Amino acid sequence: MSENRQPLLHVENLKQYFRVSKTFTTKAVDGISFDIYEGETFGLVGESGSGKSTTGRSIIRLYDPTDGKIVFDGIDISGKLSKEAEKHLRTNMQMIFQDPMACLNPRKKVKEIIAQGLQIHHKYETKEELNDKVNRILDKVGLSAEQATRFPHQFSGGQRQRIGIARALVMNPKLVIADECISALDVSIQAQVVNLMRDIQDELGTTYLFIAHDLSMVKYISDRIGVMHLGHIVETGTTDEIFQNPIHPYTRALLSAIPHPNPVVEKARIALSYDKEKEGVDYVSATQHRITDTHYVLATEEDLKKWYKKK
Amino acid sequence: MEAVKKDKKDRVLSVRDLNITFKTAYGIVKAIRGVRLDLFKGETIAIVGESGSGKSVTVKTILGILDSNGIIDEGSIIFNYTDENGQKQSADLVAMSQKDIRSKFCGKRIAMVFQDPMTSLDPTMMIGKQIMQPMVYHLKLSKKEAKQRAIELLEEVGIDQPEKRFRQYPHELSGGMRQRVVIAIALSCNPEILICDEPTTALDVTIQAKILELIKSLQKKNNISVIYITHDLGVVAKVADYVAVMYAGRIVEKGNINEIFYDPRHPYTWGLLSSMPDTDTRSKRLFTIPGSPPNLLEKVKGDAFAVRNPFALNIDFREEPPMYDVGGQHRVASWLCDARAPKVEMPADLKERIEKMKQEAIAYE
Repeated sequence: MSENRQPLLHVENLKQYFRVSKTFTTKAVDGISFDIYEGETFGLVGESGSGKSTTGRSIIRLYDPTDGKIVFDGIDISGKLSKEAEKHLRTNMQMIFQDPMACLNPRKKVKEIIAQGLQIHHKYETKEELNDKVNRILDKVGLSAEQATRFPHQFSGGQRQRIGIARALVMNPKLVIADECISALDVSIQAQVVNLMRDIQDELGTTYLFIAHDLSMVKYISDRIGVMHLGHIVETGTTDEIFQNPIHPYTRALLSAIPHPNPVVEKARIALSYDKEKEGVDYVSATQHRITDTHYVLATEEDLKKWYKKK
Repeated sequence: MEAVKKDKKDRVLSVRDLNITFKTAYGIVKAIRGVRLDLFKGETIAIVGESGSGKSVTVKTILGILDSNGIIDEGSIIFNYTDENGQKQSADLVAMSQKDIRSKFCGKRIAMVFQDPMTSLDPTMMIGKQIMQPMVYHLKLSKKEAKQRAIELLEEVGIDQPEKRFRQYPHELSGGMRQRVVIAIALSCNPEILICDEPTTALDVTIQAKILELIKSLQKKNNISVIYITHDLGVVAKVADYVAVMYAGRIVEKGNINEIFYDPRHPYTWGLLSSMPDTDTRSKRLFTIPGSPPNLLEKVKGDAFAVRNPFALNIDFREEPPMYDVGGQHRVASWLCDARAPKVEMPADLKERIEKMKQEAIAYE
């Protein structure tokens, strides 16, 4: 069903290297490709250091990608940005960060924080319109207009994350990159934030790139999932495909690591482990193999056969 | 599902009627309101609750590292241990000065693993030296002996090339490795109690599983009692024998792990279990507990959870419920367990889920 749709974001062979010293370069993201379609949620999962956050930051151009092509909403946003492309990118793509305390200016009131983007891009005519826009978005994320005159430190963690979401949504973006936006919150608050993000998507049709390491939450919010390991996307598929029929051993290890809230089962269970060296998996010479139209695995021919046999 | 055999002699720690208040600029906060808890030899208990429910304050008191504006109003914490000569001793940690606790117990007999391994390690000191420190201070080992033991410990917690790692600094290690070092430090003096404050929250799932398995195997080997503090019920299910659910400074439900997971009685525990994402079913929305925890600056009238509780009775708003004994080791502080209360069933969704969990458990056995 997704083939006839035009992707909102098209990433092709994206590479992001960081030169640490003359002789050593970190290949944080090493040639990944994926598409995100309008109105869906694409979950990017992997352990820390797998390059998932770097991917998000390269797409929104907090870093300059080393190589590769990124097309957003029909406009090429890789390489040097033209003025129009930059404006388009800055107004239509927004980000929600992990730590809600660190990403909000502690000296500004909530109202000012949320209005800042609108002010920079002159997205309003009168002051009343600006206030109106801010109040409406606050209402949407479940904060009252009266709270807008407070400072970030006066809020709890969950409320702060709502402010972060409001700041991203006030620009009415097409794509929101949520970088580990629930990892720092309590489980019950996580559920509230995930529900809120879903409600907003139903109402406004926003597209999300949801970056996280917690697979159980990713399952709730994502339509499709990409599994990243050491700078490569090792498996992509719909949420059901990834959870019901994982092929790559890394995906299987990730899935088995999710704790089940069932004491008898959980106590007896031992999580699978995955060691790239031990298993002799080679990411560089591997290619994307098609399992179904939506399900792809990064593997060499022999590896794929071996993994099938193991199952 | 065999019950853990409990003998009075094996009680390592008993917390009785603990009340703690904090003096703040805004007034007096009643952070802990009458906590009663027992820890037995070799047992693992988990304290579960939202942030601000008082779980960290409870264990900080045990370690004698309560913040300076905290006051213990009432209660006792009896710690039973065997001293160097093999004599059984017991001490009331509340009556002791913080300085005494720190020199006698903290790090030696009661050790703690903190949430963030980057902030609990000294970035300017080689990790080997950091592991040696408590042994030199508490056990009065010579530097040579301590080094020998430190290398053994590194090996024990699953770090390869321990001699090489000994000379490395925290920033050279990954998050999971750092947490292993912290565990090695905690275990260096052969403690009787190990307290783990959200030991895996800063780590991702694959490493989380490994760290939990490591703590479990070390616990078995050295016969240590472990207290976990966490808000992740998946972690609780994996490690705990006994669970205490805390809300607004009180334990609202406690019991052994199977009682809490398969037969929860308190509406707050129902909420916690329901809001846990389930990887098997895919419903549209996640369950959330409405509202937010109470502000403990104000005096709590009745049951602190009543305002968020859809099953609240009239009396919940007027009087605080006592602890009811509902059989086994299971204790619940809810008026719903009173004989005069109307019979209230847990939410249907949760009931279905627990039924499924039981089926799975039977299939597994």
